[in-house]
Amino acid sequence: MAGNVVIRVEGLGKKYIIGHEIERERYTALRDIAARTARNVWKRAVDAARGRAIVRGEASEEFWALKDMNFEVKRGEVLGIIGRNGAGKSTLLKILSRITEPSQGRVTIAGRVSSLLEVGTGFHPELTGRENINLNGAILGMSRAEIRRKFDEIVDFSGVEKFIDTPVKRYSSGMQVRLAFSVAAHLEPEILIVDEVLAVGDAEFQKKCLGKMGEVAEGRGRTVLFVSHNMAAVQTLCQRCLLIASGRNEFLGETTEAIGLYLNAHARSSVFRKDASRTGRPELVAASIEPLKKAEGNRTLLTLHLAIQCARKMNVNVDVRVRDGRGTPVGLAAIGATMPLTPLSLSPGISGLAMTIDVTCLAVGTYTLSVDISTPWVEYHDRIEDCVEFSIGPEHWPGLLHPFRGEWGYGSVFLPSTSSSQN
Amino acid sequence: MTSVRLDEEQFDGASKQHVLVLEAGRAERHYWRDLWAYRELFAILAWRDVAVRYKQTVIGVAWAIVRPFITMVIFTIVFSRLAGLPSESGAPYPVMVLAGMLPWFLFSSILTEASSSIVGNSNLIGKVYFPRIIIPASSAVTALVDFGINLVMLAALMMWYAFVPSWRLLLLPAFAILAVLASLGPALLITALNVKYRDFRYIIPFIVQFGLYVSPVGFSSTVVPEQWRLWYSLNPTVAVIDGFRWCILGGESAIYLPGFLLSLGVVALFLWIGVAYFRRTERSFADLI
Repeated sequence: MAGNVVIRVEGLGKKYIIGHEIERERYTALRDIAARTARNVWKRAVDAARGRAIVRGEASEEFWALKDMNFEVKRGEVLGIIGRNGAGKSTLLKILSRITEPSQGRVTIAGRVSSLLEVGTGFHPELTGRENINLNGAILGMSRAEIRRKFDEIVDFSGVEKFIDTPVKRYSSGMQVRLAFSVAAHLEPEILIVDEVLAVGDAEFQKKCLGKMGEVAEGRGRTVLFVSHNMAAVQTLCQRCLLIASGRNEFLGETTEAIGLYLNAHARSSVFRKDASRTGRPELVAASIEPLKKAEGNRTLLTLHLAIQCARKMNVNVDVRVRDGRGTPVGLAAIGATMPLTPLSLSPGISGLAMTIDVTCLAVGTYTLSVDISTPWVEYHDRIEDCVEFSIGPEHWPGLLHPFRGEWGYGSVFLPSTSSSQN
Repeated sequence: MTSVRLDEEQFDGASKQHVLVLEAGRAERHYWRDLWAYRELFAILAWRDVAVRYKQTVIGVAWAIVRPFITMVIFTIVFSRLAGLPSESGAPYPVMVLAGMLPWFLFSSILTEASSSIVGNSNLIGKVYFPRIIIPASSAVTALVDFGINLVMLAALMMWYAFVPSWRLLLLPAFAILAVLASLGPALLITALNVKYRDFRYIIPFIVQFGLYVSPVGFSSTVVPEQWRLWYSLNPTVAVIDGFRWCILGGESAIYLPGFLLSLGVVALFLWIGVAYFRRTERSFADLI
C-alpha cells in the first residue's frame, strides 16, 4: 500500500510573521523613545543572530498561511487543488516544490518533482528563442540531453519556428507565452506541480495545453497536482480534488463534489453590505444572491436581492452590469423608471427589491454584478462595482453533454439558435 | 496524523528512487550531492550571465580592458613616479601593478556581482527550487571571463616590456582558484545578508574602494614595514596578490610565508562562515525576497 503513495503531507503548517505598529502614546517622552528604540534594536539583533526574518513594527503577529494539512496523493493521480485567493494554495505548492520551508509538520515525496508555478520563469528578453528554450528547460529541471532530444518537438508545439533565432524581446506576448508553455509541456517528471498557468494564452492554445496535460497524466502514470480557478479545467483533468479554505484542507474527494462545495461557499459569501452615508440620495446598502434556480423550459434563473436607502419618494432605474471572471463586460439587466414593464419607485427609508435575471445563456464560469442606481439621462446616484459574485457550474447547463465554457475564449454568452432544413 | 509514520526506506519500497522529506529546520542531508546534480543549471546560468553581459553592452569586452588599464596607468604614476615606491624583483612597475590588479579586480567583481545576484534573480528564487548557492557562484563566472580578458592584456604588456616570466607562471591557476575562494567567502556572506537587509549592498562599494588602497595593488607588499607584515596579512587578498606576483614576476619576488599562511587561514575562515551562513539562511530566501 505504501508503495503507491507518492506524496504524503502530515500536519503541515506554514507561519509568516507580520508586524504591526502600536499606536503611539499621546505624550512622547525621550525616555520612552529611547527605551523603545533599544528594545527594537535588541529584538532585531536577536532575530538577525538567529537567522530569522526582521519584522518591522513593534508588535508582531503570527499568521498561519497553512495549518494542519493532511493528505496523500497516489501514483498516477491528478489531484486538483481549489480554493479562494489567499486560501493557501500557492503556499502549499511552494512548500511541495521546496521553494519555501514548512514551519510545522512533514512532507514526504517519492520521485522527482518539477514545478510549474509560472510559465517562462527565467526567460531573458535579450536571448533568442533557442537560447531561452535551453535556459528555461534547465531551470525547470530538464537535462541538456533531454532538451536536445525534445528541442524540435518543443519548437513545433509552440509554432514560432520562424523566429527561433530572434531575441524574445521582439516576440509578441502571445508568442512568448506559447514558447514558454511548450517548454513546460515537455517536462517529464514523475510528479508535476502546476499552478494557475492556463490563464494565459489564446483559447486554441489553451485547449492544446490542457490536452497535453491530460495526456501526460493518463498515458504515463505521472502524478499531477493542479491548482486552478478554472473549474472546467479542474473538472476535465482531475479525478480527485482538494478544497482549501483559510489554510486548512476543507475537503478531499470527488472533483464534482469539491467543486460544488467551493461554488456554494462562494455563493454564501456573495453578500454585499455597506452603511448609508447621510447625503439622502438613493444608495445601495445591501445586496445578496440566492442560489441559482432551475425554471421550466430548462432555464436558469438568478435572484438578486437589493436594499436601497433613500430619503424621499422617487423613481429610479436600477442597472445591473454583468462581468465575467476576467472582467469583460457580458451584459446588462435593468429595471426601473424608463421601463414600462418594470417600473421602480422608491419610498423614504429602505426599499427591498428582488430582481430575477435569466442567466440561461451564460457560459460556465464566475461572474460579478455591479449595480448602478440612476435617474435616467440625468445622473447616477450610486454605482457599486463588482458588489456580488456568482458562479455557473457545469451542472447548471441544461441538456447539453458538454457545457459551454468561458475559458474557451468565444465569449460568455451562448446564443440559442434553431434550424430548419432547406432543400 | 492518524497514519503510522513511515521511514524513508519504507515509504517507497517498491522502486528504489530518491525520497525527499521536507520538515522545518531539517538540514539537507545530501547538500553537496544535490549541488552536483544541478551542475548543468549552474553552467547555463553562468552562460546566461556572460551572454547577456556582452550582448547588452556596446563596448562589452572593451570595458573589461579599459578599466584596469587606466587604473594601472594612474597607479604607476602615483605610486612609482610620485611616491617613488620600488617595484618587485626588477619587474617594470606597470607589470607589477597589473599582476596585483588582476586578482584584485577578480576579487572585487565577484564580490559585487554575487552580492546583488540573489535579489536580482528573485523571480527564479520565488518560482523554482535549486540550491541557491548556484546563483552567486554562476555570477562569479562573469568575473572570471573578465579576468581572462585581463590576462591577455597582461601578456601583451609583458611582451611590450619584453619581460620573460619564469616556470612559476605555471602555478598561476592555483592562485586564481585561491582568489576565487577568497572572494566567495565574503561574497556569500554579504549575498545572504543582502537578501534580508538590503542596506548591505552599500557596504560593497565601500569595501571595494578601501580595499583597493589597503591591499597591495598599487605597491608591493615588501614596502610594508617588517613588524606590521604579519598583521597586514590578515587581509585575505594579501596572500592572493603576493601569490600572483610570485608567479608572474618570478626572480627574487618571494612570498612571506607566515603571512601567507595566516592569509590562507583567514580565507578558509571566511569561506566557512560564508557557506555556513548562506546554507542556513537560503531556505528562507523565498519568504524574504
